[in-house]
Amino acid sequence: MNHVAAHHPGFLSPTGVEITFVLVGLATLGAALLTVTTRQLVHAALWLVVALGGLAVEYLLLTAEFIAWVQVLIYVGSVVVLLLFGLMLTKAPIGRSPDADSENRWVALGVAAAAAVTLVWVVVDAFRSTWVDLHGVVQGSSHATGESLFRHWVLPFEALSVLLLAALVGAIVLSRRDGESAGAGSTSGTGKEKS
Amino acid sequence: MHLAYPAVLAVLLFCVGVYGVLARRNAILVLMSVELMLNAVNLNLVAFDVWLRDVVHSGQALTLFTITIAAAEIGLGLAIVLLVYRNRGSSDVDRLTDLAEPPEHGAPGHGDGTASGAGAADGTAADQNAEATA
Repeated sequence: MNHVAAHHPGFLSPTGVEITFVLVGLATLGAALLTVTTRQLVHAALWLVVALGGLAVEYLLLTAEFIAWVQVLIYVGSVVVLLLFGLMLTKAPIGRSPDADSENRWVALGVAAAAAVTLVWVVVDAFRSTWVDLHGVVQGSSHATGESLFRHWVLPFEALSVLLLAALVGAIVLSRRDGESAGAGSTSGTGKEKS
Repeated sequence: MHLAYPAVLAVLLFCVGVYGVLARRNAILVLMSVELMLNAVNLNLVAFDVWLRDVVHSGQALTLFTITIAAAEIGLGLAIVLLVYRNRGSSDVDRLTDLAEPPEHGAPGHGDGTASGAGAADGTAADQNAEATA
């Protein structure tokens, strides 16, 4: 990749795509940090929306259009709604909850910081002179993705649909409450969320 | 685009997720941090796929599979968390200590003894509750 790096300008004159990528990346990272540090549980879910939406924009900048819209549909659309349902059904406190973080927060911070320093060093050292060519044919259009998915990846695709069915059945079985004993020992009405 | 930008962003997001998994106490917040980690991996997959110009698009196909598996995981995880909450009345991962080893009696505990004692009391109450609901 050195011949590619030779006629690239380097870090000091970034292109517009790079500037946009870095700015959106900073916003995404800030939203992710707020997700894991805020003490209001519902706000954590809402900051997660910002982080996942920022990642969708990053996919768009990397010309992976189909992945970006799938990200918006699945993550921003359904996963966050599921998380909010979970927060509601476990009666999460609405305001600030002082015990959102456990006592080993500083150990966790140390582990995360050490992992970040190590991985950033390794990654920067490894990819210092590699460049992604974003010009030319779009890599992640729905045409290209669908063609590769249904030409080369059909069997994993079908296996994954079976996995989704199994997960659906498992979630229903786990969260189902038996009808005859529902009134005996239940104190909270949290039974119908999956069905 | 320089490949280091998406790679470094993915690394930092992953480490934020690691911090969240280790430091959060509510199980649903732990699941949110797991989602962050999975998204970091997805960003890496997409970036390397675009960089390598793979003809079979392995990176993007694997990203789609990861998104699907993450959806299944969040559904099952929330079902388990709701079940635990229904049986225990709490979704704090710190208090689910029934399978932990009991603390030594002579140890200079810093709140461990009372915490696990409360956990044991919760366990017996939860057993009775489970028998009542079963």
